Amino acid sequence: MTAVEPERMGFFTDTSVCIGCKACEVACKEWNHVPDDHQGLTGFSYDNTVGLGANTWRHVAFIEQQRPVDVDREGMRWLMASDVCKHCTHAACLDVCPTGSLFRTEFGTVVVQEDVCNGCGYCVPACPYGVIDKREDDGRVWKCTLCYDRLRDDLEPACAKACPTESIQFGPLEEMRERAGDRLRELQTAGIDGAQLYGDDPDDGVGGQGSIFLLLDEPEVYGLPPDPVVCTRDLPAMWGRAGLASVGLLAGAALAFMRRR
Amino acid sequence: MSVDAVTVDGVEGARSGRHAAPEQVARRRRGGGREQRMVPDAEPVSYYGQPVLNRPTWKSRDIAGYFFVGGLAGASSIFGAAAQASGRPGTARVAKLGALGGVTLSAAALVHDLGRPSRFYNMLRVFKPTSPMSVGSWILSGFGPAAGVAALSDLTGRAPRIGAAATASAAVLGSAVATYTAVLVTDTAVPAWHDGHKLMPVVFGASAASSAAGLALVAAPSGESGPARQVAAVASLVEELSLEAMTRSMSDEVGHAYHEGRAGKLLRAAKACTAFGAVAAAVAGHRRPVGVAAGLALLTGSALTRFGVFHAGLASADDPQATTGPQRARLAT
Repeated sequence: MTAVEPERMGFFTDTSVCIGCKACEVACKEWNHVPDDHQGLTGFSYDNTVGLGANTWRHVAFIEQQRPVDVDREGMRWLMASDVCKHCTHAACLDVCPTGSLFRTEFGTVVVQEDVCNGCGYCVPACPYGVIDKREDDGRVWKCTLCYDRLRDDLEPACAKACPTESIQFGPLEEMRERAGDRLRELQTAGIDGAQLYGDDPDDGVGGQGSIFLLLDEPEVYGLPPDPVVCTRDLPAMWGRAGLASVGLLAGAALAFMRRR
Repeated sequence: MSVDAVTVDGVEGARSGRHAAPEQVARRRRGGGREQRMVPDAEPVSYYGQPVLNRPTWKSRDIAGYFFVGGLAGASSIFGAAAQASGRPGTARVAKLGALGGVTLSAAALVHDLGRPSRFYNMLRVFKPTSPMSVGSWILSGFGPAAGVAALSDLTGRAPRIGAAATASAAVLGSAVATYTAVLVTDTAVPAWHDGHKLMPVVFGASAASSAAGLALVAAPSGESGPARQVAAVASLVEELSLEAMTRSMSDEVGHAYHEGRAGKLLRAAKACTAFGAVAAAVAGHRRPVGVAAGLALLTGSALTRFGVFHAGLASADDPQATTGPQRARLAT
């Protein structure tokens, strides 16, 4: 049998049908043996986990909004959205990893090799979305693997499998983009203003996300950056500046010491 | 509350707090109308005031400390080579020992900061130009031995040719050690670090030179202190001016991290120390006590600058507005 290069796989998270059940969070923890995280109440609506991190690879955000629903009435709208690693085309975490622990899989996803990671922590501030983080008692960094092990057995990721409303969809990224576009048009036709796609543009600052989203409000409302850029885009310029500064140091010292005493 | 109270700019009359619930949070202003606004400018949009980024996990003592001792080591190795070439053996010895001490402390701090210190050798598993930490690991693994051989040869008087070659190599590699750390911090999504990427190498390089001059003033023979005093004056000025220019070049949402809180305090103290050190170095002449005081102030100032820059980054990573504000402004243009 000849090996066939698999297509790039990804998520389409349609937040317009998310019901906030957190089955994705639970399924992810169960399948990937992710330790527990914050267990108390945050006061942020029904959110317990606050954001993505080493021990939260799917995070359901809850936003309560008051808005007019009729001429003489105001109503309440509840936005719920399951956030996840974006598996960027240009992934900062992967770029800056000094050990090669972070790598790109045959499915186009970004995964940490836990037997290589030495816990340097560079990927943590590199990620423009605040996804990857260090597990303090363990010392290494962790994040969504897009269920690399399941993908290799032709299974869908645990979160997508568990989602009861198909808010989390999984498949070839191209197909996800098409579905996202179709769904957006459907919502726009229905008069849902504010509906927008997030991370679907291959020309954005990260070269397009491997997990795309349909949001019902601006990304900031969900705690997402509106225009993230991979930090390594400016790296050639930075190396150039550092080179100049190095030469300046050498020249400055030479000048100071070589002048007549 | 009547429907009229809810406007596109939020709930009329409501003054939302920093951690306001999103329903109180206004949409950002569209267009720049000149007319008097009827509602106060609302707080910007965020998810319950939570940071967008995850906070750097680096410990300030290890990593900001490394930026200081690594810079001291790198610039000292340049001093060592220049002093030796210009016939100042006392300064050369102090600088070479300083470089060796600095790089030893650097290695210890870097390994200590790892989540898995026993896997430090994985740093040399690959060479990745896209990772400043990988490049830095390789530079340090060349610099450390070179600085060690240079110092040992100087102390023992043995193998002078190898010692000279090591001294020259350590100087060239040292110039990289003193500046690459600026690339390390700016190659992140942390706004206060990343947005300073054009001038951070100048800030760090000048700060390193200032600390090496400080060490020479403290420990080298005062009869040889002319170049160290010159470097002290110029490097301190460059350090403070480039830091000022760097923070001014940032948007207010990002730049304020350098003026407020812990970072602001550290950087104001750094400025005071550096200014005192520069003036004292300029008037010290060959008077040893004044030179020592100048040197100690310069070393302290350099260290405080690194810790200040480090903490400004932590504060800006915690501030959702520092991340989203400039991005939203970019989209609006």
